Amino acid sequence: MPRLSLDLPAIEVTDLRKRYGHVEALAGLTMTVGRGEVFGFLGPNGAGKTTTVKLLLGLARPTSGRGKILGAPLGDLATRRKVGYLPEVFRYQPWLKAREVLTLHGELIGLPRGRRGAAADDALRLVGLDDRANELVGRFSKGMQQRLGLGTALLGDPPLVVLDEPTSALDPVGRVDVRGIVRAAADRGAAVFLNSHLLSEVEQVCDRVAIVDHGRVVASGDLDDVLGQSETQVDVTGISASDLAAIERFGSPTLDGDLLRIRPMDPTDVPDLVATLVSMGARIHAVRSGRGSLEQRFLALVARDRPPAGTPSAERLR
Amino acid sequence: MITIAKLTIGEAARRRVLWVLVILAAIAVGLTAWGVATLVASARDDGVTEVDIKLVVSQILIFIAFMFGFVLVMTAAFFGSPAIATDLESGVAQAMLARPLRRASYLIGRWLGLAIVIVVYAVASGLLAITAVGLVSGYLPPDPFLPVAYLAGQALVLLTLTVLLSTRLPPIAGGAIAVVAYGLAWTAGVLGRIGDVIGASALVTASEASRYLLPTDALWQGVVYGLEPAFVINAGSGELVAEGSPFFASSPPPPALIVWSVIWVVVVLCVGIVLLRRREL
Repeated sequence: MPRLSLDLPAIEVTDLRKRYGHVEALAGLTMTVGRGEVFGFLGPNGAGKTTTVKLLLGLARPTSGRGKILGAPLGDLATRRKVGYLPEVFRYQPWLKAREVLTLHGELIGLPRGRRGAAADDALRLVGLDDRANELVGRFSKGMQQRLGLGTALLGDPPLVVLDEPTSALDPVGRVDVRGIVRAAADRGAAVFLNSHLLSEVEQVCDRVAIVDHGRVVASGDLDDVLGQSETQVDVTGISASDLAAIERFGSPTLDGDLLRIRPMDPTDVPDLVATLVSMGARIHAVRSGRGSLEQRFLALVARDRPPAGTPSAERLR
Repeated sequence: MITIAKLTIGEAARRRVLWVLVILAAIAVGLTAWGVATLVASARDDGVTEVDIKLVVSQILIFIAFMFGFVLVMTAAFFGSPAIATDLESGVAQAMLARPLRRASYLIGRWLGLAIVIVVYAVASGLLAITAVGLVSGYLPPDPFLPVAYLAGQALVLLTLTVLLSTRLPPIAGGAIAVVAYGLAWTAGVLGRIGDVIGASALVTASEASRYLLPTDALWQGVVYGLEPAFVINAGSGELVAEGSPFFASSPPPPALIVWSVIWVVVVLCVGIVLLRRREL
């Protein structure tokens, strides 16, 4: 079994490619996920997110490229003991009880027989299923099955947890629970690879993100890096483009009709900007300051080369 | 592997498959015993000799074995064809194969679990049926374990084929192919015997080839041989009508074919492992 070192990244892949026939599902993925961080992997449907997860877990083989999980090559059997996985399609033996599913997975990851029961109980408690431990999985709702899947992924406190759309079947309360569980896992030192297209969820829980489209990473880094610098927008009348030079000390201004944009701009300068504009005779109707949301950034990145909705080619995409 | 085999047996028990098999076996054995008892009583009342009664009962046993063998083969096909395919389609397999579980262990574990269920069912109900018939008729085959072992072997061959197909094909397709292949192999055996009697060497060669492709017919020969009393074998040997019948065997299958059957199972399982390992999940 490969030696696990805390210095090694949890995930490290270089120029990972995957081709299915003529379709290039992944076109040179390079990324690193460190220990103890929650890494958001974002992308539209068909971007290559689930393909990436399958390559990381050894369920599919890369066409080319290199990768390591916890210091061991992709697909290394022994390392899979240390990786918890919640699949996008979370299905467990419907004829087993919830606790039995967890003890089965405990056996598969090599937990000592005497520890399996306690580990299963811990996982059930963590995901809020401790009072349903002895019910058949086949009678569970989708949300409960997803909770069970999350419990299975977290069984035995693995140093790497891969979650593929972990809240797709959960209600808002469940989503909040999952955010807490993910953060707690990261706080105990686990790396969490969170594959999702729920941007608000990623924004709230992730330390770093990568946005993938057409099998390529189009943006990655800390949330601050990906979201970009702060911007101030002012709904204003009474000024023209020739007046903009007077406010360039706040940032780079652009005027589009009655909308003045200054980017980048420190939000603490907003009172001075407003005072300057008023002294210039401008009338201010509204001021908004902050950085764009992840959703805006995501749309800007992945919608660049997509035709507008309603066009024939856009219809074909559906 | 053992974990998956235990899981598979547990699934059969939890899904009530074992209970269904036990109940069906009990009904089949009960009806068989009653039918044979009625026939034997009627024959004795009519003054039929014990030798003739033995002859008739052995033929009834062979016919029952034929039907039971078919049921076993169908059971094996029903068990084997979804063994891998359903888990892959539903996503259950992905969750397990992301664990430190080799695909070979997964496939062998599934096969082993189902094989244990089928062999226990075949041996228990086969021996029960032979014993029940023996009690009511007085006729027991020379070695009751032998035909039962061949019957179980037939089912294992079909189970292995369906598990192989299950790595790539949906359950219905895999099951249908296996049952048709079994039927073709049986028919090839019948035609081969007839070809042997009438001297059609091409038919004999094709039949021999089919025995190597799917050795179920060779094992069926063992079932028939094991159920016959010695005097039937002696009387039928060399007789054209008898030698051409699928319900008569003058000899057990050649040892080479029995060894080949074992090798066949191992080879097909290995091919199944390769196919599953190459499959992208």
